[in-house]
Amino acid sequence: MARKISFKQAINEALDLEMRRDPSVIVLGEDTAGGAGAAGERDAWGGPLGVTKGLYPKHGDRVMDTPLSESAYIGAAIGAAACGMRPVAELMFLDFMGVCFDQILNQAAKFKYMFGGKATTPVVIRAMVGAGFRAAAQHSQMLTPIFTHVPGLKVVCPSNAYDAKGLLIQSIRDDDPVIFCEHKNLYNLETEVPAESYAIPFAEAYVAREGKDVTIVGYGLMVHRALEAANKLAKNGIEAEVIDLRTLSPIDLDTVIESVESTGRLVAVDEANPRCSIAADIVASVTEKAFGALKAAPQMVTAPHTPVPFSPVLEDLYIPSADAIVGAVSKTRKPAMAA
Amino acid sequence: MSNNPFPLAKADLLRAYRTMRTIRAFEERLHVEFATGEIPGFVHLYAGEEACATGIMMHLTDVDRVASTHRGHGHCIAKGVDVHEMMAEIFGKATGACRGKGGSMHIADLSKGMMGANGILGAGAPLACGAGIAAKFRRNGGVGITFFGDGAANQGTVLESMNLAAIWDLPVVFVVENNGYAESTAVGYATAVDNFADRAAGFGVPGVTVDGTDLFAVYEAAGEMIKRARAGGGPSLLECKMIRFFGHFEGDAQTYKAPDENERNRATRDCIKLFAQRVTQAGVVSAAELSVVDREAESLIDEAVSSAKAAPLPTARDLLTDVYVAY
Repeated sequence: MARKISFKQAINEALDLEMRRDPSVIVLGEDTAGGAGAAGERDAWGGPLGVTKGLYPKHGDRVMDTPLSESAYIGAAIGAAACGMRPVAELMFLDFMGVCFDQILNQAAKFKYMFGGKATTPVVIRAMVGAGFRAAAQHSQMLTPIFTHVPGLKVVCPSNAYDAKGLLIQSIRDDDPVIFCEHKNLYNLETEVPAESYAIPFAEAYVAREGKDVTIVGYGLMVHRALEAANKLAKNGIEAEVIDLRTLSPIDLDTVIESVESTGRLVAVDEANPRCSIAADIVASVTEKAFGALKAAPQMVTAPHTPVPFSPVLEDLYIPSADAIVGAVSKTRKPAMAA
Repeated sequence: MSNNPFPLAKADLLRAYRTMRTIRAFEERLHVEFATGEIPGFVHLYAGEEACATGIMMHLTDVDRVASTHRGHGHCIAKGVDVHEMMAEIFGKATGACRGKGGSMHIADLSKGMMGANGILGAGAPLACGAGIAAKFRRNGGVGITFFGDGAANQGTVLESMNLAAIWDLPVVFVVENNGYAESTAVGYATAVDNFADRAAGFGVPGVTVDGTDLFAVYEAAGEMIKRARAGGGPSLLECKMIRFFGHFEGDAQTYKAPDENERNRATRDCIKLFAQRVTQAGVVSAAELSVVDREAESLIDEAVSSAKAAPLPTARDLLTDVYVAY
């Protein structure tokens, strides 16, 4: 039964469904309900953008508003997971990883390996990512590459409400630590989403658009930019295949390679900064594994090597545009020897 | 036998002695083995601090959880982690508690409630809060104990965790193992207050300082705090002032200590000797009974070292296993 709901409603539904199904699922974060200890409404916020509103009235003390102590409460979520619970902790903005990164990098990611397989840490850390909100440098980054780099973590970044719900449900059920990235600029985007519970497996990329002339790979907001670019290209008779990675670790490289073997041309799009980006990772892997299939040098379209600027005119230049993607596709259509 | 003036029955006195002796024998032997160059990496020895781990762990059961430090052998042994598995782990063998993947600083056994020795100082405090959260939801009366040193007591993670545990009444005991040195830096230099327990009130948490070389003092103070935590009374801070006989790590020349400091400490502040003196003077335990335990502890450690040395190394395949449950 399909009806349209927003990305943030889909996240709320996923949390609610899993909390109903499994009593070991708890939700923690700053202002996750809101109004704690205050005279007015309890559940005043439901998170800074209302994503978790309504969970506290339904689930009571399993929704825990925390003090401003990321190291402590993200670490506590990790410790509780190591003791058998399934916490979903919110690190409001992924940019805040700096204040609690040890617990993620050196604790959660490494317990299973360091302890000889004898630990399991089924924690989910949800966080907002991405630019376009005019929130400036410290609240707008796409730090997915940093977490993707770390063995022991899984990294998920859906592009739409349907995927968000299915991937969050999967993340909660997954027994490994998952960094679940929610693009703040996609929160209000509506898609058809089934009311019932469903899980989308990790490492299964989605072909959002089929095409024979070029493979455009992206995740999160960039999938939408890529689709925009594909529409523009189609007007000029170029049919682009757009692949939505959905999960960055584990990653579905097979779907990308299969596509490149058919199109011969690759453009990797990433809202992250260019050095050590997901785009760089994809291009390197595809070049290494499918060099013979390439008819042209692969292209990367990323944000520049700068922090995210505040002034809207600058921020809009920062975020890779559909035109930039079209430009990159054009480069793949020049003869291989040309500059 | 005389009346027993101690808070522990004779069998428990012997158990406490055995735990402390086993830790001491383990650490002293590691000191010797490490000097031969056969042990890879870093080891941080707990010799001199046995009364702290022992006095606290005697109150714990299978539902309780311990987050340890880089100096974790004492906590592991007192919590019941297998000595053979520990030794094999330190030697990097496949039969080690962590299959050779963790080493001395990361020995863990979650089946015994040991959430791991930890190479990141102060990282255990939030993890123990997590154990407290789990215990509250399960209503099993479990507690989380987080050990950290006088150095790590200044980490933000510890301070944040104290506040978090206080607002949520988490059943956590924060144990400051104040042995006077954070690596080579004296506590008087690095910490503004004289007693870490003085900070506790500032966080809304009850705090007590005890002589960490006195098993009974540790046992009694810890007992009260653990009982209160189990009953829903929230967190406490227990500061144990104690001595480490060896350096921060094996290989530490310890030139930051006064020239005769270690010698004096071994003569006057050895928690095991002090315990032995008290229980034998009170006539509750005989020197002969203690000697039996001494020999058994030495023999256990001998066996553990032999079997560790003979154990197989991990294979190349082991490099890639256990990163994830499934990928």
